[in-house]
Amino acid sequence: MAARADILALAAQLRAGFEARGARAVETPILQPADTLLDLYGEEIRARAYTATDALRGEQMMRPDFTVPVVQMHMTQGADPARYTYAGEVFRRQEHDPDRANEYIQVGYEVFDRTDPAASDAEVFSAISQALQGLSLRAATGDIGILKAAIQGLKTTDTRKAMLLRHIWRPRRFRALFERYSNPLDTAPSRAALFRAEDPFAAAGPEIGLRGRAEIAHRLHALRDDVATPPLSQHDVAIIDSLLAVRETAPFALQQLRDIAVDIPAIMPAIDRLDARLSALADRGVDVDNLDFEASYGRTSMEYYDGFVFGFYAEGRPDLPPVATGGRYDALTRELGQGAEIPAVGAVLRPGLMLELQEMAG
Amino acid sequence: MTLKLGVPSKGRLMEKTFDWFAKAGIQLSRSGSDREYAGMVDGIDGVSLVLLSAGEIPRELAAGRIHLGVTGTDLIQEKLARWEQQVEEIRPMGFGDADLIIAVPRFWVDVETLDDLDAAAADFRARHGHRLRIATKYHRLVREFLRDEGVADYMLVDSQGATEGTVKNETAEAIADITSTGETLRANHLKILSDGLILRSQATLWRSRVADYDGTDRQALAELLDRVGG
Repeated sequence: MAARADILALAAQLRAGFEARGARAVETPILQPADTLLDLYGEEIRARAYTATDALRGEQMMRPDFTVPVVQMHMTQGADPARYTYAGEVFRRQEHDPDRANEYIQVGYEVFDRTDPAASDAEVFSAISQALQGLSLRAATGDIGILKAAIQGLKTTDTRKAMLLRHIWRPRRFRALFERYSNPLDTAPSRAALFRAEDPFAAAGPEIGLRGRAEIAHRLHALRDDVATPPLSQHDVAIIDSLLAVRETAPFALQQLRDIAVDIPAIMPAIDRLDARLSALADRGVDVDNLDFEASYGRTSMEYYDGFVFGFYAEGRPDLPPVATGGRYDALTRELGQGAEIPAVGAVLRPGLMLELQEMAG
Repeated sequence: MTLKLGVPSKGRLMEKTFDWFAKAGIQLSRSGSDREYAGMVDGIDGVSLVLLSAGEIPRELAAGRIHLGVTGTDLIQEKLARWEQQVEEIRPMGFGDADLIIAVPRFWVDVETLDDLDAAAADFRARHGHRLRIATKYHRLVREFLRDEGVADYMLVDSQGATEGTVKNETAEAIADITSTGETLRANHLKILSDGLILRSQATLWRSRVADYDGTDRQALAELLDRVGG
């Protein structure tokens, strides 16, 4: 473990570096209102963030990341475009791995800019990459937007697409749903009886709770429709499978994706965005020919990324968390913007891990 | 030093624990008045009785303040992170059976499985503007179970008692709670999801892996384990 003073010094230096790129340094409170975070992340945030309670303000969470407060601040009072940087502690509960830190320093760089998303993606990636120079790291990249576009492009009902989209972040659940939709539905006998019943509520108990009769009837209707929905074609199944399997250096990945897009043109705009991003990265001197691209990358994080995603990992140290992670989160600005939205991309670094790796390298 | 045995301090759980040890020739009893939480042990040397609330026994075992303790699997797994490293299961005791389950109103004729619950939660959130609430006191167990099963769009609300009533009172839409016969659930118009069993629990004798054991403690432990067949 590096000394705290050294970590803080490096954090200040990194933040100053981002300021030199035109970012405004910002501070956010450590205690965040719990309801915003809960609404955004769901119950999972309680497993990751520390909750503090008092009788006056109720539940508050100790800042699990800076992104949410920075986006909120930007959405209420930010200039357009804007760049921000910050450095400070974040807090994460650890219930399974005692070697993972529950408090550490993060330094971040966030770009809110409508003009050229590909250029902003490249700007953030190369800023982080340069800050990490000298460390032996492997960059991983992906693009959640391509997967989303592919799901939108499937020949099936909007209900099924919505279910698949909502479980992108839960690969096991996604796989189970995908397999179910790929085969004729097997209706349980009890459910078949329910569909046949004149009054499906005949054997039900009294109507209690907020979820009322109309809501249940509505879902019964949707379930009946779903039974009548034909399974995904073998063609569509093969497309998603080959898309999820793309794992190559960026130029080859791009070529594979273009081949796949012949069969599912809906992903073309997303692939053009990837293409533009790779050009923008090359313009910034990133060695794109040797950059890894993985179509499934970023799906197991709890985050809100909906386009470009990336992370930097210590070579030969799979036990360590990523030294930096980032990505595009346009949807988050929509969620927090109460009607307003702005394309946004950002990333965070962990100076403590950077020092640890430097020490190990001697 | 003596080997400290933690036992629930009241009710049927205490009585059944006393009976269970009595069968092994170890007589546990509360000393003094009914209101005094002090205990006595006869029939074995070097063991002392500590009467505690069943909910505090996991913590005391994990802190090493007691060597042995009787409590449910549910409480051990809920309250202790990485519980296998802190306590060792000696023997299930054959009583205090309880299943931690997820239940929804019987009126929800469209919901039988976790898959249905997930879909209903998505609809519910879109319609009501907040997540579907599940009342429980077993936050960690329920959260980890639902994460593994891939259920989204729910939130847990804390309920330390009368959990079955929360749906009717409209403070929750579903519950996750302990049930043994299911009678309370039925009386409150709730049904268990077909794949909604989170954990089967029963009263169990546990050994602390972190407590200090001196020579006499070890002797007493060996003797006790031998008698109860652990």
